[in-house]
Amino acid sequence: MRLASTIVVLLSFLVAIPLAADARDEAKKQIEFGISVAQRGLWREAIYRWERAAQIDPTYAAAHNNLAIAYEHEGELDKARAAYEKAIELEPKNSFIKQNYELFKEINDRTTRQDTQ
Amino acid sequence: MTARLVKTLSSAVLAALAVGCSGYYEIPIETPIRPKLDVSAFQRVLVAGFISGGSEDVDGNLETTRLLRSQLRTKSDMRVIDSDVLPLMEVANTNRPGGGTAADESKAPSVIKEDEDLEPYEHLFADTEYWKRIGEEYQQPLIVTGTVMFAPQARSGIVQRDQEVYDSFGRRRVVPVRTYMERKGFVLKPRFVFIDGRTGAVLHSENFREEVLYNANQTSPALSSYFELMDRLLPSFLSTLSSQTIKGSRVLLQ
Repeated sequence: MRLASTIVVLLSFLVAIPLAADARDEAKKQIEFGISVAQRGLWREAIYRWERAAQIDPTYAAAHNNLAIAYEHEGELDKARAAYEKAIELEPKNSFIKQNYELFKEINDRTTRQDTQ
Repeated sequence: MTARLVKTLSSAVLAALAVGCSGYYEIPIETPIRPKLDVSAFQRVLVAGFISGGSEDVDGNLETTRLLRSQLRTKSDMRVIDSDVLPLMEVANTNRPGGGTAADESKAPSVIKEDEDLEPYEHLFADTEYWKRIGEEYQQPLIVTGTVMFAPQARSGIVQRDQEVYDSFGRRRVVPVRTYMERKGFVLKPRFVFIDGRTGAVLHSENFREEVLYNANQTSPALSSYFELMDRLLPSFLSTLSSQTIKGSRVLLQ
């Protein structure tokens, strides 16, 4: 009985790994396409692609990082902040994400640092 | 020559491959910042003047009025009204709430040295009748006014700075060194008040604070420090009235 359950767990684990890998591969394709269109200035299309990537694989930090940059470019600063925070939560040690977020915060602080009545 | 060319090309290819393989791409971005205040109802803007104090070396009223007018001329869609700077301290003394008494006047110092000295003048910005009259005179523009404190300051304490050191092999290193330093500089504290010239009512107001400190033996003219500090907060001031674009670059990840 115990052997059977161990085998079931192992099998489900073995099935889950390729599924996760498939999701990451699919998300990566969306990311790459998003990068190529963003480099040509097509930021709305890039947002669509990176949103798809984040849907397919919500644990993919690059998708959230790139989305944050695109939102920043579109002036959607609240969405950008949320996406950066998600990316940092997923990869807290990624220096690129941290650097992007610091630069974003600098802009955001510059526009909101004064006391407004 | 050929060997050098091959070396250069191969290092360029290697660098390109490294960037491609490691999966990051630097990309320029332009972040649009929407204006904080809806000024679509105004075609004209009047920078009326400021109640200022602090340093005697800089006329905060005149310099701030000139600077804001020139910035708005180039960076805003509104027409900037050229007029004499309003003598707001005199106006505030004349238009005291309840008519004003000799005792009230004695409370308002003729020279503003501290932040507290500005308080007896604050009532002016809430004087809707006065601002409405100014608005009528200049065809109901958006009015920019407020207070400007620009004062010298001195501070001493432990400061960390980088120092070059050379070891016994002559190798250069930069190490952080903590030293006690006496520093002096200036602090700039403007408050910008935006008034609707049609009604005389305050639409919006913003407070800023910027400071600069130099080594005690370094001399910096007060006026250049004033412009240095104003330079830092001008983007924020302008973003109140008009949309701005901030250029930068970010790193896309694969």
